[in-house]
Amino acid sequence: MTSEEDIWKYLEEVPDPEIPVISVIDLGVVRAVEVGEDGGVRVTITPTYSGCPAMNEIATGIRLKLLENGFRDIQIVEQLSPAWTTGWLSEAGKEKMKAYGIAPPLAVSSGAGLFEEEPEIECPQCGSTDTEPVSQFGSTACKALYQCRTCREPFDYFKCHQ
Amino acid sequence: MEAMLRDNPHFKDYILHLADTSLILAQRLCEWCGHGPILEQDIALSNIALDLLGQAGNYYEYAAGLGDNGETADSLAMLRSEREYKNLLLVELPNGDFGRTVARQFFFASFQDLWLRQLLQAKDLKLRAIAEKTLKETRYHLRWSSEWVIRLGDGTEESHRRMQEAVDYLLPFLGEFFLPADYEQALVGAGLIPDPANVKVLWEENVLAVLEEATLEANLTDAPVQRGGKQGMHTEYMGYILAELQFMQRAYPGLQW
Repeated sequence: MTSEEDIWKYLEEVPDPEIPVISVIDLGVVRAVEVGEDGGVRVTITPTYSGCPAMNEIATGIRLKLLENGFRDIQIVEQLSPAWTTGWLSEAGKEKMKAYGIAPPLAVSSGAGLFEEEPEIECPQCGSTDTEPVSQFGSTACKALYQCRTCREPFDYFKCHQ
Repeated sequence: MEAMLRDNPHFKDYILHLADTSLILAQRLCEWCGHGPILEQDIALSNIALDLLGQAGNYYEYAAGLGDNGETADSLAMLRSEREYKNLLLVELPNGDFGRTVARQFFFASFQDLWLRQLLQAKDLKLRAIAEKTLKETRYHLRWSSEWVIRLGDGTEESHRRMQEAVDYLLPFLGEFFLPADYEQALVGAGLIPDPANVKVLWEENVLAVLEEATLEANLTDAPVQRGGKQGMHTEYMGYILAELQFMQRAYPGLQW
């Protein structure tokens, strides 16, 4: 019988639809894997943001990967609480994200204080820390827009969501 | 306790009120897509709309599961008639200029921020879970809208004038936050959800602090109050929103992506 550990390994091959270099495991959206006595698999996932349009695709990706590995009785359930946090991103995932050109989240979230100074973010292109936030809202719900003052390139920052 | 809230006949109406409010505001904000003053703010408005749409989806899924008549999240969102929608009047008002859209978002997010914290105490696990998720997203909306209210209010002569007009226009629609509908009152009375009046004083304080920095004026305490949205009595704008929102499902029943 396949162990839950094997399933976690298989799921490492399921890419995040938005940032395909990281897996759904790196992203931290898979919260639990259970194998029942009858061999049925139950995978619990949680959305990054309420409106994340990738959730259906993530569920489909997981289902396909498990079918590919011989599972037939697959249940994928969505769970909202505890709410996803960027603290669940894997360290390996952050490295891959950076190599892909997206600045990984720092451990500090942008404050609720108005006009508060944003944390210093390193440019994923040239490594300079002389960067400026352009907008808290970027190409997807999980990213903010930045620009580097040194190389002038704009870049995405995967914002810290706690 | 858990079972008590779900069995309460008014609970589904309350969940629909939350769902409809998020859905209609999302629909309004989507009208900005491609029309924002600058690209970044166009994207910001669409991002906020997407969060609200996702939140509405969570509430509709929950509401659909409470009934046993084959309703789905989609049928609740797309196939009810105007009088069945329970959203706040505030969210169905036309967008107006960017200033009015920003002001409406600010008033709404400042209420949401406080109210969701109250809902974390609701006697229902699922409702608390949605509130917890939504609260994190509301933080961004509140900060974004507050900063824009200040920038524009304390900006040029024209931006100040237009922001003050926006605040004056929206003012009569703010009191509805705190006036419970019959179904809401029943849940509050039974101790199943907190009383929205709990957050009124703090909401006024928070709102006035931002308005003051924005050099804008509003008499929140003595403003006239328009109500009815929570009970399904809408402004004349609602029908047009639904016509657009529901067109595809009405013309091609059951259509899916």
